[in-house]
Amino acid sequence: MHGNAHEVVDDIRLGAAVKEVTGESVADCYQCGKCSAGCPLAAEMDYPPSQILRLLQLGMPEYDEQALRSHSIWLCLTCEMCVCRCPKEVDLPKVMEFLREESFRRGMVNPKARDILAFHKAFLDAIRHTGRLYEVGLIGSYKMRSFHMLQDMLAAPKLLLRGKLKLLPHRIEGRDAVSRIFRRTIGKKDDSE
Amino acid sequence: MSRIGVFVCHCGENIAGTVDCAEVARASGELPGVVVSMDYKYMCSDPGQGLIKQAIKEKRLTGVVVAACSPRMHEPTFRRACAEAGLNPFLCEMANLREHCSWVHEKGETTTQKAIDLVRVIVEKVKRNQPLYPIKVPVTKTALVLGGGVAGIQAALDIANAGHKVVLVEREPSIGGHMAQLSETFPTLDCSQCILTPRMVEAAQHPNITLYTYSELESLEGFIGNFKARIRKKARSVDEKLCNGCGVCTQKCPTRKIPSEFNAALGMRTAIYVPFPQAVPNKPVIDREHCTFFTKGKCRICEKFCQAKAIRFDQQDEIIEIPVGAVVAATGYDIKHTDFFPEYGYGKYKDVIDGLQFERLASASGPTLGAMKRPSDGKEPETVVFIACAGSRDPAKGIEYCSKICCMYTAKHAMLYKHKVHHGKAYVFYMDIRAGGKMYEEFVRRAIEEDGVNYVRGRVSRIYEEDGKLVVKGADTLLGARPIEIKADMVVLATAVVASPGAEHLAQKIKVGYDRYCFLSESHPKLRPVETNTAGIMVAGACQAPKDIPESVAQASAAAAKVCGLFAQDELSREPVVAVVNRCAPPVYSTCVGCFLCEQACPYQAIEREEIKTRDGRLIKTVAKVNAGVCQGCGTCVALCRSKSIDLQGFTNEQVYAELLAL
Amino acid sequence: MKLGYYPGCSLLGSSREYGESFCAIAPRLGLELQEVPDWNCCGASAAHNLNRELSLALPARVLGLAERAGFAEVVAPCSACYSRLAVANHELQDETLRRRISEIAEVEYRGTVRIVNVLEVLARFASDSLARKVVEPFKHRVACYYGCYLVRPPKITKFDRPEDPQSMDELMKVIGAEPIDWAFKTECCGAGFSVSRTDLVAKLSGKILNDAVRRGAEAIIVACPMCQVNLDLRRDAITGYLGREHTIPVLYISQAIGLALGVDEQSLGLHRHIVPVALSQNTTAEPVPVEPVSSGREDA
Repeated sequence: MHGNAHEVVDDIRLGAAVKEVTGESVADCYQCGKCSAGCPLAAEMDYPPSQILRLLQLGMPEYDEQALRSHSIWLCLTCEMCVCRCPKEVDLPKVMEFLREESFRRGMVNPKARDILAFHKAFLDAIRHTGRLYEVGLIGSYKMRSFHMLQDMLAAPKLLLRGKLKLLPHRIEGRDAVSRIFRRTIGKKDDSE
Repeated sequence: MSRIGVFVCHCGENIAGTVDCAEVARASGELPGVVVSMDYKYMCSDPGQGLIKQAIKEKRLTGVVVAACSPRMHEPTFRRACAEAGLNPFLCEMANLREHCSWVHEKGETTTQKAIDLVRVIVEKVKRNQPLYPIKVPVTKTALVLGGGVAGIQAALDIANAGHKVVLVEREPSIGGHMAQLSETFPTLDCSQCILTPRMVEAAQHPNITLYTYSELESLEGFIGNFKARIRKKARSVDEKLCNGCGVCTQKCPTRKIPSEFNAALGMRTAIYVPFPQAVPNKPVIDREHCTFFTKGKCRICEKFCQAKAIRFDQQDEIIEIPVGAVVAATGYDIKHTDFFPEYGYGKYKDVIDGLQFERLASASGPTLGAMKRPSDGKEPETVVFIACAGSRDPAKGIEYCSKICCMYTAKHAMLYKHKVHHGKAYVFYMDIRAGGKMYEEFVRRAIEEDGVNYVRGRVSRIYEEDGKLVVKGADTLLGARPIEIKADMVVLATAVVASPGAEHLAQKIKVGYDRYCFLSESHPKLRPVETNTAGIMVAGACQAPKDIPESVAQASAAAAKVCGLFAQDELSREPVVAVVNRCAPPVYSTCVGCFLCEQACPYQAIEREEIKTRDGRLIKTVAKVNAGVCQGCGTCVALCRSKSIDLQGFTNEQVYAELLAL
Repeated sequence: MKLGYYPGCSLLGSSREYGESFCAIAPRLGLELQEVPDWNCCGASAAHNLNRELSLALPARVLGLAERAGFAEVVAPCSACYSRLAVANHELQDETLRRRISEIAEVEYRGTVRIVNVLEVLARFASDSLARKVVEPFKHRVACYYGCYLVRPPKITKFDRPEDPQSMDELMKVIGAEPIDWAFKTECCGAGFSVSRTDLVAKLSGKILNDAVRRGAEAIIVACPMCQVNLDLRRDAITGYLGREHTIPVLYISQAIGLALGVDEQSLGLHRHIVPVALSQNTTAEPVPVEPVSSGREDA
């Protein structure tokens, strides 16, 4: 819808912000639970998908915060199963995307999602300067961010032997343009965490 | 010369609070043609009406203008008052000073001035009013009931018992509808057929009811009190008068593998068949699409064995024309079937069934004689999952509404299952429980508290088959929306109630409105639930909206009462606000040139053609003629007529122009 | 016919065999592929998980470059790239948004490119070209695994049906395979958690693999690098979750088609798989008896 509208978002309740930014209305959800029933990772979540939406429905600050601090929003795989089956066609993946961005922006990321966040950041590191994914760089950056030093120690040689791991990055001609894209969007925030 | 009386009403404070009524009365008194003008607190009251009547007599009024509320409110009141005083009621008009003035403006001089203008306009109109007389049309005291389900049967019986003739038309070979398919009904758990079949027999045997089964409405023409219905009596291929219902033909028929419609495709039937043992009439029908003789030219075994020699392969459809005075549409409903649900298997899992199929399983006259046996392998299911809201309340699937009956019948189904399989496990996945009728809530609680049915609040995301079991993946929203997985032996979907197949086509045939789901439209959802906007056609039962048996029966009786009200008179009186094509002296006869644009445009098909002939039968011209019995006075023809040959009584062109010029 | 080709990062790196096999079969099907010049990474899950504008700008650059190069249609064989590009394309139909994002991406995009599903592209050739060119029918029982993005969200993909889709199954039938009916066709494999939450991938992909095996599949056919990696590279993790090892190979649709068309295994990159692609000639083998795996709270 309107992309980022952070100035508006801080003053209003999260449910209203969802409407403002994504166009989805949290009141549409009648809490049937079909999304939670079909979500592949609902059993791992602290708040299954329908509950995340419930937290936004009442417009209460403590519930809003619980949603932003949940593990669920980071476990969401964006597999799109929920919206595919939702009888009210509520675009839950879009709401989740908004909540993740808000959670990240406000520094409210659930500690359990640390590794997931580390991976996303590492991925972005690995494309920011070259324009395409530098897989070795990705793993390296991930290890540094997550301290999982032994991560994929066994996998790497397997890939290397089969010619699937490029040791040097491919740099596209427009890589500076890509870096500028980063600076203009996510680069606005200092993400040196 | 005009002698108009103006009567300005205060309507308490409704008008007087914003408009200076005394001033309006005074100003109106000065209008040319007005001989008396007064104001009063409540014109519609007895003293108020008395004032009007007195003025009519004393001042010998030729027209009356009551400046008060909307004519939709009190026009009949004031017209009656005038009639009682001896003035033709159509010489009385109302100026709306309430809805059109005091209710929409602030108090002030401009508002009063507007009120004065409104009165002046209507005074100019009334000066040109002509006395009009109500149009009388005769009434044929025969009712046509479309649909032989419980609503149709009830309506037919009520009308017949009131002494009028009824023609009951049903498209299936037997009456009974869906209620005949049910095993037990909520909230009493009465055996459905046991309570219905006596009514079915009564309807068939009633001296005032003519039953046409395996028949459909071909066309309906005419208007209230004077319809002409054409019924197509489809060929049964059996002579009903000779057939004695012995049933030998159905036993001998070699084609035995046709899915039975009555058993919701869970059982089979023969090509020559009676839909169910208690069918009324108990006469068979040959399904020509599957009968070997009709498809391949061989067989004729039924004919060979029929002792009564009743088989008639050459029988044709018959068209029967019947004049009727009123119609009751009671065509019932259908339900969505399991193939409608992609996430539940697109209909490919045999053990995922719909509500009607479960009814047939549970029914003592069903394909399993009432034993709980699942369709795929006949095993008794140990775990059954019932899914409520399957398709209903689901805008993504195109059905936004609630189907009303499913919460109740799901509880019933679960109870029936538990009664038959004591050790079995029943789960109901629901969103809400809608049990608003008498004894309904207690019924559902009984299922939970006494029969041990497990209610889980949450919807089911998908069902798949694994090792002969159906894996049901749902969620328990009362426990934090935790996913819950049940391995069921059978799943019953409470699918959405939808309009009966062909409902749209039928509605268009009888010219009754319908909504986007093809449910027939009532006149007013609260105050006129059994009438339609087509005069003379009533509606009853689930064809109007999903509803249960008590409501269908109540609506059917209500529709019957409306029909009897109509039949209580020998003649119907209609408002004479109808269009008229002018007639004048020869050689013109009429300024109408016979272009018949009006005939094409008329939404009610009220324009006919009249041939004007000489005495020896030579045709001079064909002009348009309005059927005063059908015309609704909409004025479309008047606007269209290029030669200004057609005008609307009570709202003539002259009157309307006079009003405009007076502004 | 000339088609814009967007390989995406995986098809050049860790899922190289997908790119190789797709490019190997293309000319045989009369498909002329031309890479979108100087394409960049679509952003995958990382971008859209952290910043919306970034998740739109990266695909917007690709779309703009494709448009500039004159492509009306672009095929992205990687389902995740396909989804990111198609979703961005859909959002960018809004003119105001499109102008702002084009500015950020430094490439003007007018909204004229259509992103095509790899199965749709292959289906175009299924009826005549492909059927005629099969030299070695792929006579095996296969489980066609669609994953998430080929058929969801339905408003974007507008292709096949989201429940029990059949397009891949039909393609496999054309080349002589026997696709099985199974229950995990469109369940998520664990997607981008391959590195950060390998345990969850083991669980999700494990269930998928298990169902395919116990219903008698000899191979799983996929059209997405993430799915393939999760089912193939992560086989050890899956084994840990299931408690037993399975040797069922996971092939790309392009590899299966390539084999049927007579392309050699080397060109199709079969040697690059972690789980060896060793399909027996005996197609009447009985299904392996395997227990189902349940999840969530179960009421027995």
